[in-house]
Amino acid sequence: MSTLRGKAWQVGDNVDTDQIIAGRYLSLTDPEELGRHCFEGAYPELAEGFAQGDVIVAGENFGCGSSREHAVVALKAMGVSCIVASSFARIFFRNCINLGLLPLDCPSAVEGIEVGDEVCIDPVAGKIENISKGVVFDFKPLPPFLQEIIAAGDLTAYVRRQLSGARGAEVRR
Amino acid sequence: MGLTITEKILARAAGLEAVAPGDIVRVKVDLVMGHDVTLPLGILEFERMGAAGVFDPEKVVAVSDHFAPASNNAAADRIKMVRDFARAQGLVHYFEPGCGQSGVCHALLPEEGLVLPGTVILGADSHTTTYGALGAFATGMGSTDIAAAMALGETWLRVPESLRLNYHGKLGRWVTGKDLILHTLGRLGVAGALYEAMEFCGPTIDDLAMSDRFTMCNMAVEAGAKNGIIAPGTKTEEYLLGRTSRPYEALRSDHDARYAATLEFACEGLQPQVAFPFSPDNVRPAREAGEVTIDAVFIGSCTNGRLEDLRVAAEILRGRQVARGVRLIVIPATQKIYLQAMKEGLLEVFAGVGGAVSTPTCGPCFGGHMGLLATGERAVSTTNRNFVGRMGHPESEVYLASPAVAAASAVVGRIAHPGEVVD
Repeated sequence: MSTLRGKAWQVGDNVDTDQIIAGRYLSLTDPEELGRHCFEGAYPELAEGFAQGDVIVAGENFGCGSSREHAVVALKAMGVSCIVASSFARIFFRNCINLGLLPLDCPSAVEGIEVGDEVCIDPVAGKIENISKGVVFDFKPLPPFLQEIIAAGDLTAYVRRQLSGARGAEVRR
Repeated sequence: MGLTITEKILARAAGLEAVAPGDIVRVKVDLVMGHDVTLPLGILEFERMGAAGVFDPEKVVAVSDHFAPASNNAAADRIKMVRDFARAQGLVHYFEPGCGQSGVCHALLPEEGLVLPGTVILGADSHTTTYGALGAFATGMGSTDIAAAMALGETWLRVPESLRLNYHGKLGRWVTGKDLILHTLGRLGVAGALYEAMEFCGPTIDDLAMSDRFTMCNMAVEAGAKNGIIAPGTKTEEYLLGRTSRPYEALRSDHDARYAATLEFACEGLQPQVAFPFSPDNVRPAREAGEVTIDAVFIGSCTNGRLEDLRVAAEILRGRQVARGVRLIVIPATQKIYLQAMKEGLLEVFAGVGGAVSTPTCGPCFGGHMGLLATGERAVSTTNRNFVGRMGHPESEVYLASPAVAAASAVVGRIAHPGEVVD
Protein backbone atom coordinates (compact mmCIF):
# COMPACT_ATOMS: atom_id res chain seq x y z
CA MET A 1 0.00 0.00 0.00
CA SER A 2 1.34 3.39 -0.93
CA THR A 3 1.71 6.49 1.22
CA LEU A 4 -1.25 8.86 1.36
CA ARG A 5 -0.99 12.63 1.46
CA GLY A 6 -3.70 15.23 1.83
CA LYS A 7 -5.27 18.04 3.77
CA ALA A 8 -7.05 17.28 7.04
CA TRP A 9 -10.73 18.00 7.66
CA GLN A 10 -12.18 17.67 11.16
CA VAL A 11 -15.52 16.29 12.32
CA GLY A 12 -16.79 15.60 15.85
CA ASP A 13 -17.78 12.60 17.99
CA ASN A 14 -20.57 10.12 17.14
CA VAL A 15 -20.85 11.14 13.49
CA ASP A 16 -23.59 8.81 12.25
CA THR A 17 -24.13 7.44 8.78
CA ASP A 18 -27.15 9.70 8.30
CA GLN A 19 -24.81 12.70 8.52
CA ILE A 20 -22.44 11.10 6.04
CA ILE A 21 -25.20 10.37 3.54
CA ALA A 22 -28.81 11.25 4.34
CA GLY A 23 -31.58 8.69 4.08
CA ARG A 24 -33.25 10.45 1.17
CA TYR A 25 -30.27 9.59 -1.05
CA LEU A 26 -30.26 5.86 -0.36
CA SER A 27 -32.12 5.12 -3.56
CA LEU A 28 -29.10 6.43 -5.47
CA THR A 29 -26.70 3.80 -6.71
CA ASP A 30 -24.21 5.89 -8.69
CA PRO A 31 -21.13 6.49 -6.48
CA GLU A 32 -20.48 9.92 -8.05
CA GLU A 33 -23.99 11.07 -7.18
CA LEU A 34 -23.68 9.73 -3.64
CA GLY A 35 -20.32 11.47 -3.30
CA ARG A 36 -21.86 14.81 -4.28
CA HIS A 37 -24.23 14.60 -1.29
CA CYS A 38 -21.70 13.36 1.24
CA PHE A 39 -21.75 15.45 4.46
CA GLU A 40 -23.80 18.13 2.68
CA GLY A 41 -26.15 18.81 5.61
CA ALA A 42 -23.87 18.23 8.57
CA TYR A 43 -20.58 19.70 7.31
CA PRO A 44 -21.31 21.94 4.29
CA GLU A 45 -17.84 23.56 4.24
CA LEU A 46 -16.18 20.17 4.16
CA ALA A 47 -18.56 19.00 1.42
CA GLU A 48 -17.73 22.12 -0.59
CA GLY A 49 -13.97 22.24 -0.17
CA PHE A 50 -12.97 18.60 -0.02
CA ALA A 51 -10.33 17.62 -2.56
CA GLN A 52 -9.35 14.22 -3.89
CA GLY A 53 -7.00 12.51 -1.43
CA ASP A 54 -7.93 14.61 1.61
CA VAL A 55 -8.19 13.00 5.03
CA ILE A 56 -11.03 13.03 7.57
CA VAL A 57 -10.05 13.35 11.21
CA ALA A 58 -12.85 12.33 13.56
CA GLY A 59 -13.57 11.79 17.24
CA GLU A 60 -15.18 8.82 18.96
CA ASN A 61 -17.57 6.29 17.39
CA PHE A 62 -17.30 7.48 13.79
CA GLY A 63 -19.90 5.92 11.48
CA CYS A 64 -22.43 4.89 14.11
CA GLY A 65 -26.08 4.16 13.29
CA SER A 66 -27.34 2.45 10.18
CA SER A 67 -25.29 -0.26 8.48
CA ARG A 68 -25.77 1.37 5.06
CA GLU A 69 -22.81 0.69 2.81
CA HIS A 70 -23.81 3.85 0.93
CA ALA A 71 -21.91 5.88 3.56
CA VAL A 72 -18.56 4.37 2.64
CA VAL A 73 -19.36 4.56 -1.08
CA ALA A 74 -20.15 8.27 -0.71
CA LEU A 75 -16.96 9.03 1.27
CA LYS A 76 -14.81 7.22 -1.30
CA ALA A 77 -16.51 9.00 -4.18
CA MET A 78 -15.98 12.37 -2.45
CA GLY A 79 -12.27 11.59 -2.55
CA VAL A 80 -11.53 10.54 1.05
CA SER A 81 -8.23 8.67 1.13
CA CYS A 82 -8.30 7.79 4.81
CA ILE A 83 -10.26 8.34 8.03
CA VAL A 84 -8.30 8.87 11.23
CA ALA A 85 -10.55 8.57 14.29
CA SER A 86 -10.39 8.04 18.04
CA SER A 87 -12.71 5.08 17.49
CA PHE A 88 -15.09 3.59 14.92
CA ALA A 89 -18.55 2.03 15.11
CA ARG A 90 -18.32 -1.69 14.45
CA ILE A 91 -20.30 -2.19 11.26
CA PHE A 92 -18.92 0.98 9.67
CA PHE A 93 -15.37 -0.22 10.35
CA ARG A 94 -16.12 -3.50 8.57
CA ASN A 95 -17.79 -1.75 5.67
CA CYS A 96 -14.76 0.54 5.26
CA ILE A 97 -12.38 -2.39 4.97
CA ASN A 98 -14.74 -4.33 2.71
CA LEU A 99 -15.25 -1.40 0.37
CA GLY A 100 -11.57 -0.40 0.35
CA LEU A 101 -11.42 2.73 2.51
CA LEU A 102 -8.71 2.97 5.15
CA PRO A 103 -10.01 3.40 8.76
CA LEU A 104 -7.25 4.23 11.26
CA ASP A 105 -7.65 4.15 15.03
CA CYS A 106 -5.25 6.79 16.36
CA PRO A 107 -6.52 9.02 19.21
CA SER A 108 -3.16 10.83 19.57
CA ALA A 109 -3.23 11.93 15.92
CA VAL A 110 -6.81 13.16 16.36
CA GLU A 111 -5.52 15.37 19.21
CA GLY A 112 -2.54 16.58 17.22
CA ILE A 113 -4.08 17.50 13.86
CA GLU A 114 -5.98 20.70 13.07
CA VAL A 115 -8.17 21.62 10.12
CA GLY A 116 -6.06 22.42 7.08
CA ASP A 117 -2.92 20.64 8.29
CA GLU A 118 -1.09 18.71 5.62
CA VAL A 119 -0.75 15.07 6.65
CA CYS A 120 1.13 12.14 5.24
CA ILE A 121 0.15 8.59 6.17
CA ASP A 122 2.19 5.44 5.78
CA PRO A 123 -0.33 2.63 6.31
CA VAL A 124 2.29 -0.10 6.25
CA ALA A 125 4.75 1.49 8.67
CA GLY A 126 1.92 2.76 10.89
CA LYS A 127 2.90 6.42 10.85
CA ILE A 128 0.85 9.60 10.50
CA GLU A 129 3.00 12.66 9.93
CA ASN A 130 1.57 16.12 10.46
CA ILE A 131 3.76 17.90 7.91
CA SER A 132 2.43 21.35 8.84
CA LYS A 133 3.41 20.91 12.50
CA GLY A 134 6.34 18.54 12.10
CA VAL A 135 4.98 15.83 14.40
CA VAL A 136 4.68 12.07 13.80
CA PHE A 137 2.10 9.76 15.39
CA ASP A 138 2.36 6.00 15.49
CA PHE A 139 -0.55 3.62 15.06
CA LYS A 140 -0.79 -0.16 14.94
CA PRO A 141 -0.96 -0.94 11.21
CA LEU A 142 -3.83 -3.07 10.00
CA PRO A 143 -2.79 -6.72 9.57
CA PRO A 144 -1.41 -7.47 6.10
CA PHE A 145 -4.49 -9.31 4.87
CA LEU A 146 -6.77 -6.37 5.69
CA GLN A 147 -4.34 -4.07 3.89
CA GLU A 148 -4.56 -6.45 0.94
CA ILE A 149 -8.36 -6.09 0.83
CA ILE A 150 -8.04 -2.30 0.73
CA ALA A 151 -5.25 -2.47 -1.85
CA ALA A 152 -7.36 -4.77 -4.07
CA GLY A 153 -10.06 -2.08 -4.23
CA ASP A 154 -12.76 -3.83 -2.22
CA LEU A 155 -13.66 -7.18 -0.71
CA THR A 156 -15.42 -8.35 -3.86
CA ALA A 157 -12.31 -7.66 -5.98
CA TYR A 158 -10.08 -9.24 -3.34
CA VAL A 159 -12.16 -12.41 -3.22
CA ARG A 160 -12.32 -12.52 -7.02
CA ARG A 161 -8.51 -12.42 -7.14
CA GLN A 162 -8.18 -14.99 -4.38
CA LEU A 163 -10.58 -17.34 -6.16
CA SER A 164 -8.91 -17.00 -9.56
CA GLY A 165 -5.51 -17.57 -7.89
CA ALA A 166 -6.81 -20.73 -6.27
CA ARG A 167 -8.22 -21.98 -9.56
CA GLY A 168 -4.94 -21.14 -11.32
CA ALA A 169 -3.04 -23.21 -8.77
CA GLU A 170 -5.39 -26.13 -9.34
CA VAL A 171 -4.81 -26.00 -13.09
CA ARG A 172 -1.04 -25.91 -12.62
CA ARG A 173 -1.17 -28.97 -10.42
CA MET B 1 -3.72 -14.85 31.52
CA GLY B 2 -6.90 -16.86 30.86
CA LEU B 3 -9.28 -16.46 27.97
CA THR B 4 -13.03 -15.89 27.73
CA ILE B 5 -15.19 -18.36 25.83
CA THR B 6 -15.46 -15.89 22.93
CA GLU B 7 -11.66 -15.52 22.78
CA LYS B 8 -11.18 -19.30 22.89
CA ILE B 9 -13.59 -19.91 20.01
CA LEU B 10 -12.00 -17.21 17.88
CA ALA B 11 -8.46 -18.36 18.68
CA ARG B 12 -9.31 -21.88 17.64
CA ALA B 13 -11.00 -20.77 14.43
CA ALA B 14 -7.96 -18.62 13.65
CA GLY B 15 -5.54 -21.45 14.33
CA LEU B 16 -3.89 -19.49 17.16
CA GLU B 17 -3.02 -20.36 20.75
CA ALA B 18 -4.62 -17.21 22.07
CA VAL B 19 -6.17 -13.95 20.94
CA ALA B 20 -6.71 -10.68 22.78
CA PRO B 21 -9.40 -8.01 22.45
CA GLY B 22 -8.55 -5.68 19.57
CA ASP B 23 -6.68 -8.33 17.58
CA ILE B 24 -7.86 -8.67 14.02
CA VAL B 25 -7.91 -12.31 13.04
CA ARG B 26 -8.84 -14.38 10.05
CA VAL B 27 -11.13 -17.23 11.06
CA LYS B 28 -12.61 -20.29 9.45
CA VAL B 29 -16.39 -20.26 9.65
CA ASP B 30 -18.49 -23.30 10.46
CA LEU B 31 -21.82 -22.02 9.18
CA VAL B 32 -22.99 -19.14 6.99
CA MET B 33 -26.67 -18.18 6.89
CA GLY B 34 -28.66 -15.82 4.73
CA HIS B 35 -32.37 -15.21 4.26
CA ASP B 36 -34.79 -13.90 1.69
CA VAL B 37 -34.15 -10.23 2.54
CA THR B 38 -30.34 -10.22 2.67
CA LEU B 39 -29.35 -13.14 0.49
CA PRO B 40 -30.52 -11.74 -2.88
CA LEU B 41 -27.98 -8.88 -2.48
CA GLY B 42 -25.35 -11.34 -1.29
CA ILE B 43 -25.97 -13.58 -4.29
CA LEU B 44 -25.27 -10.66 -6.65
CA GLU B 45 -21.94 -9.91 -4.90
CA PHE B 46 -21.14 -13.62 -4.83
CA GLU B 47 -21.54 -13.68 -8.62
CA ARG B 48 -19.44 -10.50 -9.03
CA MET B 49 -16.71 -12.25 -7.05
CA GLY B 50 -16.64 -14.89 -9.77
CA ALA B 51 -17.15 -17.66 -7.24
CA ALA B 52 -17.85 -20.96 -8.93
CA GLY B 53 -19.52 -22.39 -5.87
CA VAL B 54 -19.98 -22.04 -2.15
CA PHE B 55 -17.10 -23.29 0.00
CA ASP B 56 -19.20 -26.14 1.42
CA PRO B 57 -22.84 -26.86 0.43
CA GLU B 58 -23.43 -28.35 3.91
CA LYS B 59 -22.26 -25.20 5.67
CA VAL B 60 -24.16 -22.55 3.75
CA VAL B 61 -27.75 -22.31 4.87
CA ALA B 62 -30.51 -20.41 3.07
CA VAL B 63 -33.83 -19.67 4.74
CA SER B 64 -36.87 -18.07 3.17
CA ASP B 65 -38.61 -16.73 6.25
CA HIS B 66 -39.07 -12.96 6.11
CA PHE B 67 -41.35 -12.64 3.10
CA ALA B 68 -42.32 -16.30 2.78
CA PRO B 69 -44.98 -17.39 2.09
CA ALA B 70 -44.69 -14.66 -0.55
CA SER B 71 -46.93 -11.71 0.15
CA ASN B 72 -46.51 -9.95 -3.23
CA ASN B 73 -44.85 -10.37 -6.62
CA ALA B 74 -41.53 -8.75 -5.67
CA ALA B 75 -41.28 -10.96 -2.58
CA ALA B 76 -42.07 -14.02 -4.67
CA ASP B 77 -39.22 -13.12 -7.03
CA ARG B 78 -36.75 -12.64 -4.18
CA ILE B 79 -37.68 -15.97 -2.65
CA LYS B 80 -37.30 -17.59 -6.06
CA MET B 81 -33.81 -16.09 -6.33
CA VAL B 82 -32.84 -17.66 -3.01
CA ARG B 83 -34.49 -20.98 -3.89
CA ASP B 84 -32.77 -21.10 -7.30
CA PHE B 85 -29.41 -20.26 -5.73
CA ALA B 86 -29.86 -23.00 -3.13
CA ARG B 87 -30.71 -25.48 -5.87
CA ALA B 88 -27.89 -24.42 -8.20
CA GLN B 89 -25.34 -24.56 -5.37
CA GLY B 90 -26.65 -27.87 -4.11
CA LEU B 91 -27.19 -26.45 -0.61
CA VAL B 92 -28.06 -29.26 1.77
CA HIS B 93 -30.07 -26.92 3.98
CA TYR B 94 -32.65 -24.77 2.28
CA PHE B 95 -35.83 -24.00 4.18
CA GLU B 96 -39.09 -22.55 2.97
CA PRO B 97 -42.67 -22.79 4.24
CA GLY B 98 -44.63 -25.38 2.36
CA CYS B 99 -41.75 -27.66 1.53
CA GLY B 100 -40.73 -29.63 4.57
CA GLN B 101 -39.07 -28.15 7.61
CA SER B 102 -39.25 -24.40 7.71
CA GLY B 103 -39.36 -21.52 10.10
CA VAL B 104 -37.82 -18.31 11.34
CA CYS B 105 -34.08 -18.77 10.80
CA HIS B 106 -32.88 -18.15 14.36
CA ALA B 107 -35.37 -20.61 15.83
CA LEU B 108 -34.89 -23.08 12.99
CA LEU B 109 -31.11 -23.53 12.78
CA PRO B 110 -30.65 -24.55 16.44
CA GLU B 111 -33.73 -26.80 16.23
CA GLU B 112 -32.26 -28.56 13.20
CA GLY B 113 -29.03 -29.25 15.09
CA LEU B 114 -27.02 -26.96 12.82
CA VAL B 115 -25.63 -24.89 15.69
CA LEU B 116 -22.87 -26.48 17.75
CA PRO B 117 -20.97 -25.16 20.78
CA GLY B 118 -17.54 -23.74 20.02
CA THR B 119 -18.28 -22.98 16.37
CA VAL B 120 -18.17 -19.72 14.42
CA ILE B 121 -21.43 -18.76 12.70
CA LEU B 122 -22.08 -15.78 10.46
CA GLY B 123 -25.53 -14.66 9.43
CA ALA B 124 -26.74 -11.90 7.15
CA ASP B 125 -29.06 -10.78 9.92
CA SER B 126 -28.34 -8.84 13.09
CA HIS B 127 -30.14 -11.34 15.33
CA THR B 128 -27.64 -14.05 14.43
CA THR B 129 -26.39 -13.45 17.99
CA THR B 130 -29.15 -15.90 19.04
CA TYR B 131 -26.92 -18.94 18.45
CA GLY B 132 -24.61 -17.86 21.26
CA ALA B 133 -27.14 -19.51 23.57
CA LEU B 134 -25.58 -22.83 22.58
CA GLY B 135 -22.04 -21.62 23.26
CA ALA B 136 -21.25 -20.70 19.65
CA PHE B 137 -19.71 -17.43 18.48
CA ALA B 138 -22.37 -15.99 16.19
CA THR B 139 -22.65 -12.51 14.74
CA GLY B 140 -24.47 -10.58 12.05
CA MET B 141 -22.85 -9.02 8.98
CA GLY B 142 -23.75 -7.25 5.76
CA SER B 143 -24.56 -8.96 2.49
CA THR B 144 -21.09 -8.41 0.97
CA ASP B 145 -19.37 -9.97 3.97
CA ILE B 146 -21.73 -12.92 3.76
CA ALA B 147 -21.05 -13.32 0.04
CA ALA B 148 -17.32 -13.51 0.74
CA ALA B 149 -17.84 -16.01 3.55
CA MET B 150 -20.01 -18.18 1.29
CA ALA B 151 -17.23 -18.18 -1.31
CA LEU B 152 -14.21 -18.59 0.97
CA GLY B 153 -15.43 -20.28 4.13
CA GLU B 154 -13.64 -17.67 6.18
CA THR B 155 -13.89 -14.10 7.34
CA TRP B 156 -11.98 -11.53 9.33
CA LEU B 157 -13.01 -10.43 12.81
CA ARG B 158 -11.83 -8.02 15.41
CA VAL B 159 -11.74 -9.86 18.74
CA PRO B 160 -14.29 -8.13 21.00
CA GLU B 161 -13.84 -7.15 24.63
CA SER B 162 -16.03 -9.34 26.80
CA LEU B 163 -18.63 -8.04 29.20
CA ARG B 164 -19.47 -10.44 32.03
CA LEU B 165 -23.12 -10.23 33.08
CA ASN B 166 -23.65 -12.19 36.25
CA TYR B 167 -27.23 -13.08 37.22
CA HIS B 168 -28.18 -14.50 40.60
CA GLY B 169 -31.38 -15.19 42.49
CA LYS B 170 -34.42 -17.28 41.66
CA LEU B 171 -36.83 -15.94 39.08
CA GLY B 172 -40.38 -15.30 40.22
CA ARG B 173 -43.43 -16.74 38.50
CA TRP B 174 -44.02 -15.17 35.06
CA VAL B 175 -40.47 -13.85 34.93
CA THR B 176 -38.62 -15.13 31.85
CA GLY B 177 -35.50 -14.70 29.77
CA LYS B 178 -37.28 -11.88 27.95
CA ASP B 179 -37.66 -9.97 31.21
CA LEU B 180 -34.01 -10.56 32.07
CA ILE B 181 -32.78 -9.20 28.74
CA LEU B 182 -35.21 -6.25 28.74
CA HIS B 183 -34.09 -5.40 32.28
CA THR B 184 -30.47 -5.70 31.15
CA LEU B 185 -31.09 -3.42 28.16
CA GLY B 186 -32.75 -0.90 30.46
CA ARG B 187 -29.60 -0.83 32.56
CA LEU B 188 -26.99 -0.90 29.76
CA GLY B 189 -28.71 1.20 27.10
CA VAL B 190 -28.72 0.51 23.36
CA ALA B 191 -25.00 1.22 23.03
CA GLY B 192 -24.02 -0.19 26.43
CA ALA B 193 -22.22 -3.18 24.98
CA LEU B 194 -21.13 -1.61 21.71
CA TYR B 195 -18.75 -3.91 19.90
CA GLU B 196 -18.46 -6.19 22.94
CA ALA B 197 -19.24 -9.83 23.66
CA MET B 198 -22.04 -10.12 26.21
CA GLU B 199 -21.35 -13.20 28.27
CA PHE B 200 -24.38 -14.19 30.33
CA CYS B 201 -23.50 -16.21 33.42
CA GLY B 202 -24.31 -16.94 37.04
CA PRO B 203 -26.67 -19.30 38.87
CA THR B 204 -29.82 -17.81 37.31
CA ILE B 205 -28.49 -18.48 33.81
CA ASP B 206 -27.39 -22.01 34.80
CA ASP B 207 -31.01 -22.72 35.75
CA LEU B 208 -32.46 -21.00 32.70
CA ALA B 209 -34.22 -23.07 30.01
CA MET B 210 -32.71 -23.10 26.51
CA SER B 211 -35.68 -21.20 25.08
CA ASP B 212 -34.99 -18.33 27.51
CA ARG B 213 -31.30 -18.44 26.73
CA PHE B 214 -32.07 -18.04 23.01
CA THR B 215 -34.23 -15.01 23.81
CA MET B 216 -31.43 -13.36 25.79
CA CYS B 217 -28.71 -13.92 23.20
CA ASN B 218 -31.13 -12.89 20.44
CA MET B 219 -31.46 -9.41 21.94
CA ALA B 220 -27.78 -8.93 22.85
CA VAL B 221 -27.53 -7.00 19.59
CA GLU B 222 -30.00 -4.43 20.95
CA ALA B 223 -27.23 -3.33 23.35
CA GLY B 224 -24.89 -2.94 20.37
CA ALA B 225 -23.07 -6.19 21.14
CA LYS B 226 -21.15 -8.16 18.56
CA ASN B 227 -22.26 -11.44 20.10
CA GLY B 228 -24.11 -12.81 23.09
CA ILE B 229 -22.90 -16.05 24.58
CA ILE B 230 -23.68 -18.59 27.30
CA ALA B 231 -21.21 -21.32 28.23
CA PRO B 232 -22.52 -24.81 27.41
CA GLY B 233 -23.68 -26.98 30.31
CA THR B 234 -26.13 -29.76 31.10
CA LYS B 235 -29.10 -27.92 29.55
CA THR B 236 -27.09 -27.40 26.36
CA GLU B 237 -26.21 -31.08 26.16
CA GLU B 238 -29.83 -32.07 26.70
CA TYR B 239 -30.93 -29.72 23.93
CA LEU B 240 -28.37 -31.09 21.46
CA LEU B 241 -29.16 -34.71 22.25
CA GLY B 242 -31.07 -36.17 19.32
CA ARG B 243 -30.55 -33.04 17.20
CA THR B 244 -26.98 -33.72 16.18
CA SER B 245 -24.51 -36.57 16.31
CA ARG B 246 -21.60 -34.36 15.27
CA PRO B 247 -18.85 -33.96 17.85
CA TYR B 248 -18.30 -30.59 19.50
CA GLU B 249 -16.14 -29.09 22.18
CA ALA B 250 -17.84 -27.35 25.06
CA LEU B 251 -15.53 -24.40 25.69
CA ARG B 252 -15.85 -22.28 28.84
CA SER B 253 -14.21 -19.09 30.04
CA ASP B 254 -11.12 -19.49 32.23
CA HIS B 255 -11.39 -18.36 35.84
CA ASP B 256 -8.71 -15.75 35.24
CA ALA B 257 -10.19 -14.52 31.94
CA ARG B 258 -10.13 -10.76 31.50
CA TYR B 259 -13.34 -8.75 31.14
CA ALA B 260 -13.92 -5.15 30.16
CA ALA B 261 -16.43 -5.05 33.01
CA THR B 262 -18.46 -7.36 35.23
CA LEU B 263 -22.04 -6.44 36.08
CA GLU B 264 -24.13 -8.08 38.78
CA PHE B 265 -27.88 -8.58 38.41
CA ALA B 266 -29.98 -9.52 41.44
CA CYS B 267 -33.01 -11.32 39.97
CA GLU B 268 -34.90 -11.98 43.19
CA GLY B 269 -38.02 -9.85 43.02
CA LEU B 270 -37.52 -8.87 39.36
CA GLN B 271 -40.89 -8.14 37.74
CA PRO B 272 -42.10 -8.77 34.17
CA GLN B 273 -40.75 -5.95 32.00
CA VAL B 274 -42.08 -3.94 29.07
CA ALA B 275 -40.03 -1.85 26.61
CA PHE B 276 -41.98 1.25 25.63
CA PRO B 277 -41.66 2.93 22.22
CA PHE B 278 -39.35 3.66 20.53
CA SER B 279 -36.32 1.90 21.92
CA PRO B 280 -35.68 -1.55 23.41
CA ASP B 281 -33.93 0.10 26.38
CA ASN B 282 -36.96 2.21 27.32
CA VAL B 283 -37.94 -0.37 29.90
CA ARG B 284 -40.21 -0.38 32.95
CA PRO B 285 -42.04 -3.05 34.97
CA ALA B 286 -45.38 -4.16 33.47
CA ARG B 287 -47.14 -3.21 36.72
CA GLU B 288 -45.98 0.37 36.27
CA ALA B 289 -47.10 0.62 32.64
CA GLY B 290 -50.17 2.66 33.48
CA GLU B 291 -53.30 2.60 31.33
CA VAL B 292 -51.89 1.65 27.92
CA THR B 293 -54.80 0.31 25.86
CA ILE B 294 -53.90 -1.86 22.89
CA ASP B 295 -55.24 -2.86 19.48
CA ALA B 296 -53.13 -5.92 18.77
CA VAL B 297 -51.00 -8.60 20.35
CA PHE B 298 -48.36 -10.52 18.48
CA ILE B 299 -46.83 -13.68 19.92
CA GLY B 300 -44.05 -15.15 17.82
CA SER B 301 -40.70 -14.30 16.12
CA CYS B 302 -37.09 -15.46 16.57
CA THR B 303 -37.20 -13.87 20.01
CA ASN B 304 -40.29 -15.55 21.47
CA GLY B 305 -41.98 -17.95 19.06
CA ARG B 306 -40.76 -21.18 20.67
CA LEU B 307 -42.84 -23.97 22.16
CA GLU B 308 -42.25 -22.82 25.75
CA ASP B 309 -43.46 -19.35 24.74
CA LEU B 310 -46.64 -20.76 23.22
CA ARG B 311 -47.26 -22.95 26.27
CA VAL B 312 -47.19 -20.04 28.70
CA ALA B 313 -49.37 -17.92 26.41
CA ALA B 314 -51.90 -20.77 26.09
CA GLU B 315 -51.89 -21.27 29.87
CA ILE B 316 -53.02 -17.68 30.32
CA LEU B 317 -55.50 -17.65 27.44
CA ARG B 318 -57.10 -21.05 28.09
CA GLY B 319 -60.70 -20.65 29.24
CA ARG B 320 -60.54 -16.87 28.90
CA GLN B 321 -61.42 -14.38 26.19
CA VAL B 322 -59.44 -11.85 24.23
CA ALA B 323 -60.64 -8.36 25.09
CA ARG B 324 -63.09 -6.82 22.64
CA GLY B 325 -61.30 -4.84 19.95
CA VAL B 326 -57.96 -6.60 20.38
CA ARG B 327 -56.53 -8.69 17.53
CA LEU B 328 -54.38 -11.65 18.52
CA ILE B 329 -51.84 -13.09 16.11
CA VAL B 330 -49.84 -16.16 17.06
CA ILE B 331 -47.05 -17.47 14.86
CA PRO B 332 -45.13 -20.57 15.94
CA ALA B 333 -41.52 -19.94 14.91
CA THR B 334 -40.98 -23.23 13.10
CA GLN B 335 -42.96 -26.03 11.49
CA LYS B 336 -41.91 -28.46 14.23
CA ILE B 337 -43.10 -26.04 16.92
CA TYR B 338 -46.34 -25.60 14.96
CA LEU B 339 -46.93 -29.37 14.84
CA GLN B 340 -46.09 -29.91 18.50
CA ALA B 341 -48.29 -26.97 19.52
CA MET B 342 -51.06 -28.59 17.53
CA LYS B 343 -50.58 -31.93 19.30
CA GLU B 344 -50.58 -30.24 22.70
CA GLY B 345 -53.79 -28.40 21.90
CA LEU B 346 -52.13 -24.98 22.10
CA LEU B 347 -53.20 -23.90 18.62
CA GLU B 348 -56.75 -24.84 19.54
CA VAL B 349 -56.55 -22.50 22.50
CA PHE B 350 -55.31 -19.62 20.32
CA ALA B 351 -57.83 -20.25 17.55
CA GLY B 352 -60.54 -20.86 20.13
CA VAL B 353 -60.16 -17.39 21.65
CA GLY B 354 -60.45 -15.94 18.15
CA GLY B 355 -56.75 -15.55 17.47
CA ALA B 356 -55.17 -15.77 14.01
CA VAL B 357 -52.67 -18.60 13.87
CA SER B 358 -50.22 -18.53 10.98
CA THR B 359 -47.66 -20.79 9.41
CA PRO B 360 -44.08 -19.84 10.45
CA THR B 361 -42.84 -16.47 9.12
CA CYS B 362 -41.06 -13.34 10.37
CA GLY B 363 -43.95 -11.38 8.80
CA PRO B 364 -45.24 -8.81 11.30
CA CYS B 365 -42.05 -8.43 13.38
CA PHE B 366 -40.31 -6.30 10.75
CA GLY B 367 -43.47 -4.77 9.28
CA GLY B 368 -43.36 -7.15 6.35
CA HIS B 369 -46.78 -8.78 6.22
CA MET B 370 -49.28 -10.85 8.24
CA GLY B 371 -50.78 -8.16 10.41
CA LEU B 372 -49.28 -4.69 10.17
CA LEU B 373 -50.31 -1.88 12.49
CA ALA B 374 -52.38 1.06 11.26
CA THR B 375 -51.90 4.75 12.06
CA GLY B 376 -52.03 5.32 15.80
CA GLU B 377 -52.44 1.66 16.71
CA ARG B 378 -50.65 0.07 19.64
CA ALA B 379 -49.43 -3.51 19.97
CA VAL B 380 -47.84 -5.60 22.67
CA SER B 381 -45.37 -7.79 20.85
CA THR B 382 -42.99 -10.56 21.90
CA THR B 383 -40.49 -9.40 19.25
CA ASN B 384 -37.17 -7.54 19.60
CA ARG B 385 -37.42 -4.02 18.20
CA ASN B 386 -39.88 -1.20 18.75
CA PHE B 387 -38.33 1.48 16.55
CA VAL B 388 -40.56 4.01 14.81
CA GLY B 389 -42.68 2.19 12.24
CA ARG B 390 -41.09 -1.17 12.92
CA MET B 391 -44.36 -3.13 12.69
CA GLY B 392 -46.29 -0.93 10.34
CA HIS B 393 -47.30 2.71 10.21
CA PRO B 394 -44.73 5.25 11.49
CA GLU B 395 -47.38 6.48 13.90
CA SER B 396 -48.06 3.06 15.38
CA GLU B 397 -46.48 1.94 18.66
CA VAL B 398 -44.88 -1.34 19.70
CA TYR B 399 -44.46 -2.43 23.33
CA LEU B 400 -42.02 -5.30 23.75
CA ALA B 401 -42.77 -7.94 26.35
CA SER B 402 -42.72 -11.65 27.19
CA PRO B 403 -45.38 -14.06 25.88
CA ALA B 404 -46.92 -14.10 29.39
CA VAL B 405 -47.35 -10.33 29.46
CA ALA B 406 -48.53 -10.35 25.84
CA ALA B 407 -51.20 -12.99 26.53
CA ALA B 408 -52.36 -11.26 29.72
CA SER B 409 -52.54 -7.95 27.85
CA ALA B 410 -54.66 -9.60 25.15
CA VAL B 411 -57.16 -10.67 27.82
CA VAL B 412 -57.28 -7.33 29.63
CA GLY B 413 -57.04 -5.06 26.56
CA ARG B 414 -54.20 -3.00 27.95
CA ILE B 415 -50.65 -3.75 29.09
CA ALA B 416 -51.15 -6.15 31.97
CA HIS B 417 -49.17 -8.22 34.45
CA PRO B 418 -50.03 -11.95 34.10
CA GLY B 419 -50.96 -11.95 37.79
CA GLU B 420 -53.95 -9.74 36.95
CA VAL B 421 -55.40 -12.57 34.88
CA VAL B 422 -54.19 -15.77 36.52
CA ASP B 423 -54.17 -16.34 40.28
